[in-house]
Amino acid sequence: MTILQSHINSGSEDFQTNRADMADAVADLQDKVATIHQGGGPAYQQRHTDRGKLLPRERVDRLLDEGSPFLEIGQLAAYNVYDEDVPAAGIIAGVGRVSGTECMIIANDATVKGGTYYPLTVKKHLRAQEIALANRLPCIYLVDSGGANLPHQDEVFADRDHFGRIFYNQARMSADDIPQIAVVMGLCTAGGAYVPAMADESIIVRNQGTIFLAGPPLVKAATGEEVTAEELGGADVHCKTSGVADHYAENDGHALATARRCIAHLNRRKPAEAEIQTPLPPRHDPEEIYGIVGTDLRKQFDVRDIIARTVDDSAFDEFKRHYGSTLVTGFAHIHGYPVGIVANNGILFSESAQKGAHFIELCSQRRIPLLFLQNITGFMVGRKYEAEGIAKHGAKMVMAVACASVPKITVLIGGSYGAGNYGMCGRAYSPDFLWMWPNARISVMGGEQAAGVLAQVRRDSKERKGEEWSDADEAAFKKPIADKYEHQGHPYYASARLWDDGVIDPAQTREVVALSLSATLNRPAEATRFGVFRM
Amino acid sequence: MFNTILIANRGEIACRIIRTARRMGIRCIAVYSDADADAHHVNLADEAFRIGPAPAADSYLQTDRLIDIARRSGAEAIHPGYGFVSENADFAEACEARGLVFIGPPAAAIAAMGSKSAAKAIMADAGVPLVPGYHGDDQSPATLRREAEKCGFPLLLKAVAGGGGKGMRVVADLAEFDEALAAAQREATNAFGNPDMLIERYLTRPRHVEIQVFCDHDGRGVYLAERDCSIQRRHQKVLEEAPAPGLSDATRQAMGEAAVKAAQAIDYVGAGTVEFLYDVDGSFFFMEMNTRLQVEHPVTEMVTGQDLVEWQLNIAGGAPLPLAQPQITTRGHAVEARVYAEDPAQDFLPATGRLRYLRTPAESEHVRVDTGVVEGDDISIYYDPMIAKLIVHDATREQAINRLTQALEQYRIAGVKTNVHFLHALADAPAFREARLTTGFIDDHQPQLLADSGLDTHTTLVLAAGFMLEAPDSDGAPGSGPDPDSPFNRRDSWRLNSEHTSTLRLEVDGTLHDLSVRQRNGRYRIAVDDAVYDLVARREADVLQATINDHRIRVHGHLQDDRLVLFYRGESLHCTRYRERYGEEDLAPEGGLSAPMNGAIVAVKAAVGDAVSAGQTLVVMEAMKMEHAIKAPADGVVSQVFHAEGDQVAESEELIAVDVAEEDSDAGDGDHHSGPHAADAAG
Repeated sequence: MTILQSHINSGSEDFQTNRADMADAVADLQDKVATIHQGGGPAYQQRHTDRGKLLPRERVDRLLDEGSPFLEIGQLAAYNVYDEDVPAAGIIAGVGRVSGTECMIIANDATVKGGTYYPLTVKKHLRAQEIALANRLPCIYLVDSGGANLPHQDEVFADRDHFGRIFYNQARMSADDIPQIAVVMGLCTAGGAYVPAMADESIIVRNQGTIFLAGPPLVKAATGEEVTAEELGGADVHCKTSGVADHYAENDGHALATARRCIAHLNRRKPAEAEIQTPLPPRHDPEEIYGIVGTDLRKQFDVRDIIARTVDDSAFDEFKRHYGSTLVTGFAHIHGYPVGIVANNGILFSESAQKGAHFIELCSQRRIPLLFLQNITGFMVGRKYEAEGIAKHGAKMVMAVACASVPKITVLIGGSYGAGNYGMCGRAYSPDFLWMWPNARISVMGGEQAAGVLAQVRRDSKERKGEEWSDADEAAFKKPIADKYEHQGHPYYASARLWDDGVIDPAQTREVVALSLSATLNRPAEATRFGVFRM
Repeated sequence: MFNTILIANRGEIACRIIRTARRMGIRCIAVYSDADADAHHVNLADEAFRIGPAPAADSYLQTDRLIDIARRSGAEAIHPGYGFVSENADFAEACEARGLVFIGPPAAAIAAMGSKSAAKAIMADAGVPLVPGYHGDDQSPATLRREAEKCGFPLLLKAVAGGGGKGMRVVADLAEFDEALAAAQREATNAFGNPDMLIERYLTRPRHVEIQVFCDHDGRGVYLAERDCSIQRRHQKVLEEAPAPGLSDATRQAMGEAAVKAAQAIDYVGAGTVEFLYDVDGSFFFMEMNTRLQVEHPVTEMVTGQDLVEWQLNIAGGAPLPLAQPQITTRGHAVEARVYAEDPAQDFLPATGRLRYLRTPAESEHVRVDTGVVEGDDISIYYDPMIAKLIVHDATREQAINRLTQALEQYRIAGVKTNVHFLHALADAPAFREARLTTGFIDDHQPQLLADSGLDTHTTLVLAAGFMLEAPDSDGAPGSGPDPDSPFNRRDSWRLNSEHTSTLRLEVDGTLHDLSVRQRNGRYRIAVDDAVYDLVARREADVLQATINDHRIRVHGHLQDDRLVLFYRGESLHCTRYRERYGEEDLAPEGGLSAPMNGAIVAVKAAVGDAVSAGQTLVVMEAMKMEHAIKAPADGVVSQVFHAEGDQVAESEELIAVDVAEEDSDAGDGDHHSGPHAADAAG
């Protein structure tokens, strides 16, 4: 393997400025996440724990193997989306190891609006199930939810990817031999009752968990029958009479221990069909990424300096190094896993697109997972390029990306604009995981360009009408457009809407990608079939 | 020489005898009680026979059965070891009567030394020095004063009927005598209604020095140097050494010759030990003679280079003494430490339990370990709780003691309380190193000997946390399978965009401590009681290399079921992790109540069908001289009683079952905050 020589002048002013800027951005991210981790806030948390219940994050911690990591997705979900705060969209989801098996864990946070499902709660739940389905990860649902959020019922109930899809997914996953375990630790009403009812195995906590299609008030209204929640759908009813639940738990801790035991009996073995090496740390300090990248997207950096701080032993064997050099492709290992890296080092030209398509074909053939490091303003424009068929060359790359069945991980490390987003495996191309750095921006084009294009259209129109348009007026016209793009292209905006799986600290990229790769290796390697490449 | 011998003993001495016998080509037949069915000595022997139930009276002391087994197995001789039947004259005689060789002295010699007063009379006749004194009936003050003068000062006046120090006086010289006598007689009359006094020379700094002797059938006798066994507690030897420090060659020779004379006075054959009291002025007085191989014989073997068991076997087989007196020389210094299952802090209360973890120092020409147990064995209530004898040898006494402390630091035991740390403190005590030996040594230095060593509570906690957190993963099976190095196998609670703080609840010395632990890049930051420690720890098997702030330290440990024992400089530091535990309760029958430790049932306070309420005492157990009440966990009805009063039960054996009342199940133990079974015999 070739060891990347990465010579960084960490004493330079540029480096220092970049480092400070990125450190600020990371600190801001960590602050936001720390607040989100408080769920519904101290008052609601207190009320929750006073009932003898564990907080949802404690539940997750207890469920996990001691000391093992938790790859959380959608931390920033619903951040600044609704009129009210709905931290993490009221649901915690992520991949973690339980009894030695990597699982998808989905836990309602009842301290956030009673754990009710906002549109983004549903979207996050479905995203978690999507990851589980694609990667054959057993699902553990820690249920504590009042069901659909009624004020938003039109956005959560009727459509295909709404609430009902959760149970559809459970059924399909169960059918596909992906175990579904439900732990009822609180309310589980109406549609929610189907989470445990559809589960392969379910556990219910005495005096906490209830499962019923209609709660006591509705029952009284409908039939006049007066009954307590516990009598109607508590652990005793469901473990001893109805059989809706299988395991009786004295409290949260007991329930989680029982869930761990259920997982221990799954008789599952991770296929991990790859030539895995002993992990080696990079030779260069990942923290130096801060100083290399900074937060100013106009500043160029060599993506190899990022690769050198991400891959095992900083070892990277490049493919077609001297051809289409604005796209860097090559082989490396991350935490022992083989990976093919596709990374932007400038704008995409026809050659770089063809090189990308070729490399993705190689990896697909060899069943090597792909890592896309996205920092792309788009494909080259202009007559020369259109004439040489950049559209069909770009299409080849998009075709290859879309069809590749190997695990795909995308990290947005800079700009993500236009068709570059497609060619570099944006969200629409269903990467198994998509992560974003805090300095990254995502939009159909850059704010400046968008404002420029729109201003040009306006100016043409005005000029046709013979009107004057001062530079000041043009600037005033462009400013809000650029601002809006900046706002909507921000990682928090994107992450809040689940356009990605999370915003990450660049210094943690290696860990995040490694955990993502590990999760994907729970599915058997698959052969790829490509469509028709336009030649 | 014999082809086959029966070893009428157990434990380390049985193993010790087998070792030599095997080397000499002799077949060894062992006997075992029910408690010893899989004991080490049984596994070492060529053949073994069950001898009876666990109590020694029903097994190892069953002389008829021993002889029967010897006959059945074709043994020609019986080696009794020490203890049990080793000084039983009737048994020696019975052996002879049944045509078996008793590997020991003739029955008459045993009997002669069996009675201490008779023994002293024989020794007086043979000219062996006795502690001067007067034990006569003539109690007139004049007689007593005359006898006192004869005895010499300082002397001790003791009430004949006495005890507890009453009616006892140390008298420094004749001038004090009359007054002291009057006072002592007054006290004795008041306390016992009997003013009679006896007089004995008072030894200011007495030492226990004993001589190893051997005699053959031809009446020849030799001595194999002496041993100093002054370090005793409650009349039990703790440290023994050879040679005895500070003795002149002349004294050595005089004592040796006196000992041989003593043995010859009773027509002794085989190995014997003549015990003397030795005083600072070089005077020595006969105490008693032990007509067997002594526990501490290895120190003699180490300095003389002789195998005393081999001598015993040869002489019993009719051979003459292998060496004459001038051929017997000593080399260097040897010390033996007796490793006991006991609690020095609780007045050396014997301890029982399972040797869950047992590591012994590596044996070499300098270090010898005589033991009869292996890891996993039980130290039971039935027999002597000695775990091993650790014997060291080196050129000088100082070097030998250094070897001893080092070897003790390598003696690591979990599962039962031991005296290892106490032995370490003894060996390290300046007074011991300076050979300021007396039989009162342990009493005189008790506080220093029981003091805790180097590690403060916080250091212990941080080390314990490091040991536990660096434990090999018990969940799943990382390190194997198709993805052995998955990043999900990390142990640092990695979290996205945040640092995870975990809490560790540890108990040390009966106090609970909550540690909050953060981990980053292989470093721990541990907060406990307002103090913060940085820890870098690396564990390989049972060794932890830790750097706490700027202090690098290496400890051994044993972790099982959240119970950790850390071994530091001979000390065992116990630390228990408390966490919620679930899962096992479903396996136990509902309401099942089990023994917290090995012990005996003292009382069963409920019968089948009794309605009992939560907290009510159902069974009382006695273990380690303390009573433990087994209480009802909830209201219910007793469904089964598994044991009766007087039964011996093992740890975790079920004692009684209670059907918990259905309606009141809320009152049940819903809260599972608990550590491992709280009462661990290991403590």
